[in-house]
Parts: sequence; structure tokens; C-alpha cells
Amino acid sequence: MQFFPFAVMAWILAVGLYGIVTSRHLVHQIVCLIVVQSSTYVLLLGVGYRRGAAAPYFYDIPVHTPAVDPVVQALALTDVVVEAAVTALLLAFAIQAQKRFGTLDPQELVQFKG
Amino acid sequence: MTPAARRWVFLAGAAGFAAFLLWGLTGLPGFGGYPGPYGDIINRVAVAQTNATGVVSAINFEYRGFDTVGEEFILFTAAIGVATVLRHLRGERERAARDGAMDRDAPPVSEAVRLVSLVLVGPVFLVGWYLASHAQTSPSGGFQGGVVLATGFVLIYLAGEFLVFKRISPVDITDAVGAVGAGGFAAVGVTALAMGLPYLFNFLPLGSAPGAVSSSGTIALISFFVGIEVAAAFVLIVSELLEQTLLVRQERP
Amino acid sequence: MSALAAATPYAAPLGLMDVLQVTILVLVAAGATGVVLIRDPVRQVIALSVYGVLLAVLFLAFQAPDVTLSELTVGAVVLPLLLVLTLAKIRRREE
Repeated sequence: MQFFPFAVMAWILAVGLYGIVTSRHLVHQIVCLIVVQSSTYVLLLGVGYRRGAAAPYFYDIPVHTPAVDPVVQALALTDVVVEAAVTALLLAFAIQAQKRFGTLDPQELVQFKG
Repeated sequence: MTPAARRWVFLAGAAGFAAFLLWGLTGLPGFGGYPGPYGDIINRVAVAQTNATGVVSAINFEYRGFDTVGEEFILFTAAIGVATVLRHLRGERERAARDGAMDRDAPPVSEAVRLVSLVLVGPVFLVGWYLASHAQTSPSGGFQGGVVLATGFVLIYLAGEFLVFKRISPVDITDAVGAVGAGGFAAVGVTALAMGLPYLFNFLPLGSAPGAVSSSGTIALISFFVGIEVAAAFVLIVSELLEQTLLVRQERP
Repeated sequence: MSALAAATPYAAPLGLMDVLQVTILVLVAAGATGVVLIRDPVRQVIALSVYGVLLAVLFLAFQAPDVTLSELTVGAVVLPLLLVLTLAKIRRREE
């Protein structure tokens, strides 16, 4: 249990990378990139967790109750929303690639140079 | 390189990378044993210093507000990038956005979907507004509220047609709202500079009770700006993609 | 450690929390494998939506409700929407 979340993070990273490398469709590659990004959220929140502690919101619990680390939650929170916008940009590139080259297979797109 | 060879090269490289990654991860303090002082210090002083009971939002918009300015501008740039990349190429024309029910080849939207979407538009906007304005009290904030608000606009598209969606959120107004959001955040920081304080210093009055809606100074204001900017960015992205799907056609050569 | 659980009125019993976290972690790992192994992009979008909800439950079990909200709205609604619109555009071009 001490190491299990980090092992899961490494597994998700490896599986996502495998999907990116062996993909035959640009949109499938982009979804695998989303999976790779999600592994970093798991790592961030796993690092900040404290056993038996509450969420860091002191609206109805006294201020000195043990709470988990709020800094990594702040990082993961903005991460999730911003990477959705970056994924939208990648999808726009995929649309234009299909218009210009007619194919969405990354292993065929490699041959177009310049 | 053939795909099979590529797969073997990847597996060899990934094995080495995975070995180093797992070795590094075992050096972390075990799961559940967070030792570091930074989080504990912030948990202890945040409510007293900023009158905000939502410590995560206080970190996002006050203690590490400079990082959030950067992230917000990444979002802004990505939305502009989508609008730029999907500009019309040579040889495309945009079909006029008129009601072409006769020559549309998609199945008509079912009445159940339209009714449910129409009923949900109001509550979704209310929830999004609530989330964007309560950053300092509970788990909410500008980012989540903005995304929920953008979802409300998409529900309008589902309930009505694309023409209604375009009329409610024309590109010029969405652009302007997004710019107001992004610029407003930066302007709050610059106003602190103009008053002789550090950039993004919390200069507004902190309010009476911790966790009240009108407390915590610039945190609530910044969260509002971030909310409208995120909503505008996502509405812009979705409307660009919808336009591509429904209106832009390739000229017959 | 049980003194901590008594002091925080909103924390679950520790044993239950551990079991929940391990179960959700296993489900998330299986979900990620499923998303990658599905090759057809349209089916992959549905799998991605389910994976987003599983991730949201995981973040909730890690005591991070803010990140849960973000992941639910983005991963289960906005990302599948963008992907489906892109796939519709691509499919229309291929006809």
C-alpha cells in the first residue's frame, strides 16, 4: 500500500506511451496522450496524501485538523482544465492534417516533408 | 523502420525508462506519509491571512497566483490557436448558416434530448455561476465554474439548433469576453503594482467572516475573471469545431 | 492513527479508506489499459468518458474534491464532446 499508487502511475504512463507509439490513427494517439497526462495527476495527488487526514477546506471543520497537502491539488486542478484546451488545439491540427494530406495515419504522415 | 521493429525498439527503451522511474519512485516517502512542511504551513496560516476557507483556491489565486496567470494565458492562447488553425484554406467555402433542413443528411434530433437539454440549461448556468463565485469558501473556483458555464452553452446547441447557438454566442462577443477575463486578471495584478505593492498583492478588504462570499479580497475577484475567461475559451473552441463540421465545405474541383 | 480519525469528523475509518483506494486504483489501471487497447476512435471516446468518471472517484478517495470537480466536467463532458466533433468532421471529409 505504501508504493501501490506510484506503481499504478508507472503502469498508466507505460500503457499510454505504448498506445502513442503503436497507433495508426491520429485521434487515437491524442486520446492516448490524454491517458499519459492523467498519470501525472495520480502521481501529484498520491504524493500529497496523508493517511487519516481530511480535505483542506476549513469551512466546517476546525482550522487545526490534519489535512492533506493543498499545493499539489492546486497544481493538478489548473492542469486538468488547461490540458483540455491544449487537446483541442491538437485536434484542430489533426483536422487540418486530414484536409491537407488526406490521411490520418501517423506512420504515413511521417513521409511528408517540407 | 517497420512497425514491428518500432515496437521492439520502444519496448527496449521503455524497459530501461521504467526501471529508472520505479527506482526513483521508491525514493519517495511512502503513500500516506506526507512529510513536507510547505502544505502544513499553508494550512495553518491561510484562513487567518486571507479569510478564505478554501485553501486550494487561496493557493491558486493568491499564494501562487503568478503560476495561475501563466496557466490562464496558456488556455487563452490555445483557444486563439484553434481559431487560427481552423481558418479557411484555399478551395473551401463556408455555406451560409441558413436553415437547410431539406438537404441535411443527419437524423433529426429526438424530442426527448431537446426537452431535457432545455430544462437543464437554467440549472447548469446557476451551478456554473455558483461555482465561479464561491472559490474562497468550498471546493469550487473559476476553472470549474467556467467549464460548467461553457457546458450550458453546449446544452443550448443541443436543445435548439446551430443557428440559435451562434446567435447567443457570436464570435465577436465571445472573443471580447475572453479578452476581458484574461486582461482583467492581469489588470488586478497591475493595479497592485500601481499602488506600490508587489504584483498580485491582495489589496482589497478581506471581509468580516472567513468563508463568506464577499471575503478574501482579490481571490473572489480573480476567480470571477478566470471563470468568464475559461467559459469564453471553451465556447469559442466548441463553436469553431461545430462550424467546421456543419458549415465548411470543400469546393468541387 | 485512530486518534486522528476520531479528531476529524469527516474522515472515514482507515481500513475502509484503504480498501476503497486500492479498489479504485485497480479499476483506474484497468480503465487506462482499456482506453489504449480500443483502436476505433469512436468507441474509444466512450471508454475515455468512463475513465474520466473513474479518475474523478479516485481523486475523491484521495481527499481532493476540487480536482474531482475539474476532472468530472472536463474529462467526462468537454473532452468527449471535442473528440466527437472532430471525428464527425473527419468522417464527413472521408465520404
